[in-house]
Amino acid sequence: MAAAGANISKPGSGIYAGSGVALMLPSWLIIGLFLLIPVLLMLVYSFLTKEFRGGVIWEFSLDAYDQFFFYRGLFGDEPPVLEWTYIGIFWRSIWQAGAATIFCLIIGFPTAWFIATRSGANKSVWLFLITIPYWVNLLIRTISMKFLIRDTGPLNEWLMWIGVISEPIHMINTNFAVQLGLFYSYLPFMVLPIYASVERYNFALSEAAADLYASRWETLRLIILPAVKPGVIAGCILVFVPSLGAFLAPDLLGGAKTFMIGSLIEEQFKGNAGNWPFGAAASMILLSMVLVALGYYARQQNREA
Amino acid sequence: MVSDQHVNDVAIDIRSVSKLFGDFVALDNVSVGILDNEFFTLLGPSGCGKTTLLRTIAGFEDVSSGEIVLYGENIAGLPPNQRPVNTVFQQYALFPHMNVTQNVKFGLLRQGVDEATATRRVNEVLDLVQLTPFATRLPSQMSGGQQQRVALARALAPNPKVLLLDEPLSALDLKLRQAVRLELQQLQSDTGITFVFVTHDQEEALTMSDRIAVINNGQLQQVGSAEEIYEAPKNKFVANFIGETNLIDVNVTSVSDGKASCSLPGGMAFSCSAADGAITGDGHLSIRPERVTLVSPAKGILRGTVTRQIYLGTDMHVDVQLEDKGLVKVRVQNSSSMRIPPVGDEVGLNLEADAARLLVD
Amino acid sequence: MASRKLDLRYFPGFRPLTFLCLFLLYAPLIIVMVYSFNDSISITKWGGLSLRWYHEVFFGPEAPKFQTAAFNSLTIALIAATLATAIATSAATAMIRAGNFKGRSFGFVLINLPIMVPEIVTAVATLIFFSAIGFTTGYLTIVIAHTVFCIPFAYLPIAARMQSIDNTYEQAALDLYATKFAAFKLVLLPLMAPGIFSGFLLAFIISLDDFIITNFVKGAGIETLPTAIFGSVKRGIQPNIMAISTLLLVVSVVFVTLSYLVGRTGEKSK
Repeated sequence: MAAAGANISKPGSGIYAGSGVALMLPSWLIIGLFLLIPVLLMLVYSFLTKEFRGGVIWEFSLDAYDQFFFYRGLFGDEPPVLEWTYIGIFWRSIWQAGAATIFCLIIGFPTAWFIATRSGANKSVWLFLITIPYWVNLLIRTISMKFLIRDTGPLNEWLMWIGVISEPIHMINTNFAVQLGLFYSYLPFMVLPIYASVERYNFALSEAAADLYASRWETLRLIILPAVKPGVIAGCILVFVPSLGAFLAPDLLGGAKTFMIGSLIEEQFKGNAGNWPFGAAASMILLSMVLVALGYYARQQNREA
Repeated sequence: MVSDQHVNDVAIDIRSVSKLFGDFVALDNVSVGILDNEFFTLLGPSGCGKTTLLRTIAGFEDVSSGEIVLYGENIAGLPPNQRPVNTVFQQYALFPHMNVTQNVKFGLLRQGVDEATATRRVNEVLDLVQLTPFATRLPSQMSGGQQQRVALARALAPNPKVLLLDEPLSALDLKLRQAVRLELQQLQSDTGITFVFVTHDQEEALTMSDRIAVINNGQLQQVGSAEEIYEAPKNKFVANFIGETNLIDVNVTSVSDGKASCSLPGGMAFSCSAADGAITGDGHLSIRPERVTLVSPAKGILRGTVTRQIYLGTDMHVDVQLEDKGLVKVRVQNSSSMRIPPVGDEVGLNLEADAARLLVD
Repeated sequence: MASRKLDLRYFPGFRPLTFLCLFLLYAPLIIVMVYSFNDSISITKWGGLSLRWYHEVFFGPEAPKFQTAAFNSLTIALIAATLATAIATSAATAMIRAGNFKGRSFGFVLINLPIMVPEIVTAVATLIFFSAIGFTTGYLTIVIAHTVFCIPFAYLPIAARMQSIDNTYEQAALDLYATKFAAFKLVLLPLMAPGIFSGFLLAFIISLDDFIITNFVKGAGIETLPTAIFGSVKRGIQPNIMAISTLLLVVSVVFVTLSYLVGRTGEKSK
């Protein structure tokens, strides 16, 4: 989605020249007022003092960031040492999102290639089949996955029935379950941009490579991959970014050991911890990471263009 | 074709029009008067500015400076929907969600013509382009040639003072293009509407137009009838762009009254016609290959060696390398009585004095 | 496929991986659909075919709660998608048909902001904003948050469609004496219809789908289907949840298929 979004179209010589600002105004107002200002306000909140049971006191404070990075003892009077709990949660989130991205790439690239090389009508049917699950409610998909891989769920029952295993494999509440959930949530995001790149690929290049004695896999590595790289990068960003801040998959498929950023933030506002400035600070850190990833992506795209 | 009594009235007077896109000069101080009831063609290579000129007349581009005067009224500045000119677009731009009748009626209804009158006019115009049986078809259900005629009908229906045609034949295949040329000419003389036609195809321009304006790099090169443009090109660009020509380096000794005296390579004196603005000194002489004759070396005013022969059916093309410098292309009709010297032979060349022309550089 | 050796598009293993991909995408959904017809009260033991859980959804003790939630979800999606589509159409016209103007690049970033900012961050920011201005969270806050979030999704197909429509159509309309407004209404809008419809459906599904933002801004006492389902699942997966899921799944698939078919007719008539 962001792949299409990242490319600003050239201004054409449209007939509504001069009305641009007026036509943009509704979107600027709505998004500016209800998203841009809130995000800026969140930045302000992350520097305020927490009020117990939610909310803030309007007093400047670095406590939220301090709490995130340093430990000062139970009563806050010891010299600061690096606090690994929250950094660890962020690190685990990056790791989980990264693993999910790699799974998506391993399955998604061949799928995208296969679909893009089908003939006309078949192609659009295949594409349609791949996109349908994306439109099914994410919550329902995650619940389905949870149901499928439970210890007493259909997958284990079936595997035991055909005799591959004798004991149920414990999958739920593991890292693997979370990665599987993320993979399942965002797989179409990997397939679609790669598909779009392969569609644009000029197969005469493959023929030229073969003519010059390249094997199939050499052609893939030396010619095709460089050509479709923008699509691959777009796919990876599109899977990685939402995975990083995901809430449903880690919450429903994972347990305490697989706590991710999303759950940490949610807990500050909905749960018992109720520390709004800390939640705002964690959100800001997440947002910065995402913007860095998107900035990298935009630079790549510009370089290609 | 120019038989009307208003023959001298100017339909569109383009006065010192310039158009800049950023730093790019698309039109550079172009002035030309397009006459009433005339088939006028803007001819030039792609990117020369001819389409930009058409679009400034239609109102899709504003001019950076200058005036566009339509029957005495300066229309530069008016939006396209207030200009009594209509356009036939290159890819026709037929509204795909409307059928033929709806497309043709569109302009009439926008003008505020009542439904009954509009319907009558639509029938009239569809009859004119012989599309009456297709009135309820969608554009997508018609062939390229038929779509082209719908586009014509749609643009003609509001009875514009001037019809602008932006390479309307380029989307058709060759056979059809030749047939439509005749139809377009017929339509122009039947309706008496001034046609401004844009093309990059010189053959199209030569066969259809009353007058042609040759444009290059945003500048007007020459305006004239097909014959004038071909027989009396003004400069190197026009001579080269229209048909095939030889450019011979000469030294001009005198120019007066459209006549020039010069010395040819090899030193022979030669007199020929001169374009307006030609000057003395080093210059170029243009002569068409069919106006050069091969003679024995002693009789020619130029001398050289045959380096190539190309057989072209009715004609033979011969390249002659001059002794001093330069190559002259000669076109000779194939006939049994004529012996064409083989490659390597020394030959003399004669130039038809009334066909040779000194150019403005 | 006799000439696979010569087919440079063929890579061994890609076809099985594609089928694996399809299997992974569909298996969980199909399993849930199948088990929603399970007669057994235990969700793992198969007890024969039955519609009892569907009966439970519509007439059981939790039925009123889910019906209210479904009503909320649908009306919110309808309002948010309509607003987002109108705003996105206006923005697309500005971006694609209004040439260059001051703030165009910034405006483009702003439109795409809702998909660039992670959902959970949007949720937090919106909650903070409403609480800071003292706005009571509830139905209205959900509608506002969903409208904002849906704009870029509605924008994508609308802008794509508008870009594929040559602007000579509108120029032709102007040439034929139409005003700019008439050119929009009579020419651009009808040609845009498939794109606008896709944009609306996309926004509608996105709104229906949303859990995280809704969960943050809904306030007490109001539930949408996803938050109601989430609440139930937290207490364990019950068979009636599988029935609701199946119903919602069918609705989504119907909508997407519709959008796909409309998009195709749009392509053809182009």
